[in-house]
Amino acid sequence: MADNILEVKNLKKYFKTKRGVLQAVDDVSFTLERGKTLGLVGESGCGKSTTGRSILRLIEPTAGEIIFDGKEIHKLSKSQMRHVRKDMQLIFQDPYSSLDPRKTVSQLIAEPIIANKLMKTKSEVDLRVAELMSTVGLAPRLFNTYPHELDGGRRQRIGIARALAMRPQFIVCDEPVSALDVSIQAQILNLLKELQEQFELSYIFITHDLSVVNHFSDDIAVMYLGKIVEKAPSEELFANPLHPYTKALLSAIPIPELGEKRERIIIKGEITSPINMPDECRFYKRCSYACDRCKSIPPLEEVSPGHFVACSCLDSI
Amino acid sequence: MSQTETTKDLVLDLENLNVRFETEDGICYAVNGLDMKIERGKAIGLVGETGAGKTTTALSLLRLVPDPPGVVECDKMVINGHDMLNISIKELEKIRGKDISMIFQDPMTALNPVFTVGDQIAESIMLHEGVSMADAQRKAIDMLELVGIPGERAGEYPHEFSGGMKQRVVIAIALACHPQLLIADEPTTALDVTIQAQVLDLMRNLRQQYQTSLIMITHDLGIVAEVCDDVAVMYGGNIVEEGTLEDVFNHTLHPYTEGLFNSLPNINDRKAKLTPIRGLMLDPMDMPPGCPFSPRCPYADEKCDEPQVKKYVSETHAIRCCAYERPGFHIDRKER
Repeated sequence: MADNILEVKNLKKYFKTKRGVLQAVDDVSFTLERGKTLGLVGESGCGKSTTGRSILRLIEPTAGEIIFDGKEIHKLSKSQMRHVRKDMQLIFQDPYSSLDPRKTVSQLIAEPIIANKLMKTKSEVDLRVAELMSTVGLAPRLFNTYPHELDGGRRQRIGIARALAMRPQFIVCDEPVSALDVSIQAQILNLLKELQEQFELSYIFITHDLSVVNHFSDDIAVMYLGKIVEKAPSEELFANPLHPYTKALLSAIPIPELGEKRERIIIKGEITSPINMPDECRFYKRCSYACDRCKSIPPLEEVSPGHFVACSCLDSI
Repeated sequence: MSQTETTKDLVLDLENLNVRFETEDGICYAVNGLDMKIERGKAIGLVGETGAGKTTTALSLLRLVPDPPGVVECDKMVINGHDMLNISIKELEKIRGKDISMIFQDPMTALNPVFTVGDQIAESIMLHEGVSMADAQRKAIDMLELVGIPGERAGEYPHEFSGGMKQRVVIAIALACHPQLLIADEPTTALDVTIQAQVLDLMRNLRQQYQTSLIMITHDLGIVAEVCDDVAVMYGGNIVEEGTLEDVFNHTLHPYTEGLFNSLPNINDRKAKLTPIRGLMLDPMDMPPGCPFSPRCPYADEKCDEPQVKKYVSETHAIRCCAYERPGFHIDRKER
């Protein structure tokens, strides 16, 4: 059997709002093999960040099982969770707002080490901070600078160093490069890849940028309104997308090349409201293949080894 | 965009634009000697990373650079026949929105939250076309339908629309008086990919319909490939390489353009390692004397410490780089 670091079963997160129940994450299941990367793709509001945070129990899931490294962490108490969370970390999207502006680089990186009482003396902590800084490629002279003095790429390196400080096995990367320029984005993506090889890290990589996720992930799960609509190994997904939403999403990527103009599928309308959703396929209202069969929620089914799709109308597409 | 411009019908003729911001911490050189010519009906993509001076260039065309601290110096700025440098504020207000208009990056903040979208579109029509408010309102409804929003929503406020819809409203305002030159400053950056595809499709259709010239400011080379005819790559406040799509995409000559392309993940080969540009974005407070890219450039030598002049390698393709003339110079564009 595969060595799975993470297994998520029927994860649900509902929010109660004034207008009704918002199903942010609705019955999501997947597994992540040790040392691999799962890309979670979708547009704003599809529930990808909520999924990432529910797995870490930074927000409490409404229902579902999360098995991390053999432990059923959905059953743990808050204090037990604290211990497990050393092994599971999060890298945030916005390196401008996720760092305390009044702390220096070294204080920021030392914070998780001190909070979790990993080291006792100041010199030990300083040594570890220096080591982490060199791991993520921050020059030693930046030890006492403040985040506002640094550019986005270096700030994101601080965020990565903070996540690595606990020597985690698993990191949720929530849009880690979306706020960065392309030339800097490539530096950070390469760094995350190197760290994965060096420390055998497993990643969940949340992004809306499909060309980045293709480059970075082993498997990709496409989410739409709280549900996974398609999941497959990256190459398979890009070569052979089956769900109408995935097809449209892939065809919408602008490619920096001249020549063959691809057939572009333009989806009509906008994402529908996630509040009080009817029991039909989530993509029903925007889908050009929609038919009567789509009036019930299609299950996620395996159509070829490793390739899962949730669509009732595959035969007519 | 060419050497022989004498008879061409230019919508924009810009020579030697310099913009600096004089702040307490020092002088920030945002744009440094930029030339740009756009023929009627053409679309040019202005590409570059944060701080390259793209938005500042656009704002100076509308004479919207805040002064102080901004200082704009320019030898020639003619837009659709109007000399923008020697013009009163009153005349300027007639040109803005009519001859030249701009789509701002963030549709969430570009609209006024206390007016209905219909009123906001009608305002520009009333000011420029001298029609009554009722007529302007009617035309505003036509504009809304043109960008794909049902006319009956004209009485709604911006918060009642989604991000993609708001961007359509902003586009409707910009196009309401059929401007000759439209500047779109990252019009789709705040939008999701499928909505981005809708908006780009809309812009392409409208441009064909009205023969509007376009400056598309973006950091996404994919968008340029889809919407534009010509490309200008900016770095350190100036255009470092310009030409047709074919020139810049398939016959890349500038090391920075090379770096930009090689930084992008290749959608067809997911195993390929990314080659980032080494170093950091340049600090416009502390510009090197010569080529602004030389501190990060793998080809740089002592000649790059001198100011770079613009050289044409063909009728349409120009660069500011001395390296390409050296024997053995060879741009390393990865196979895509």
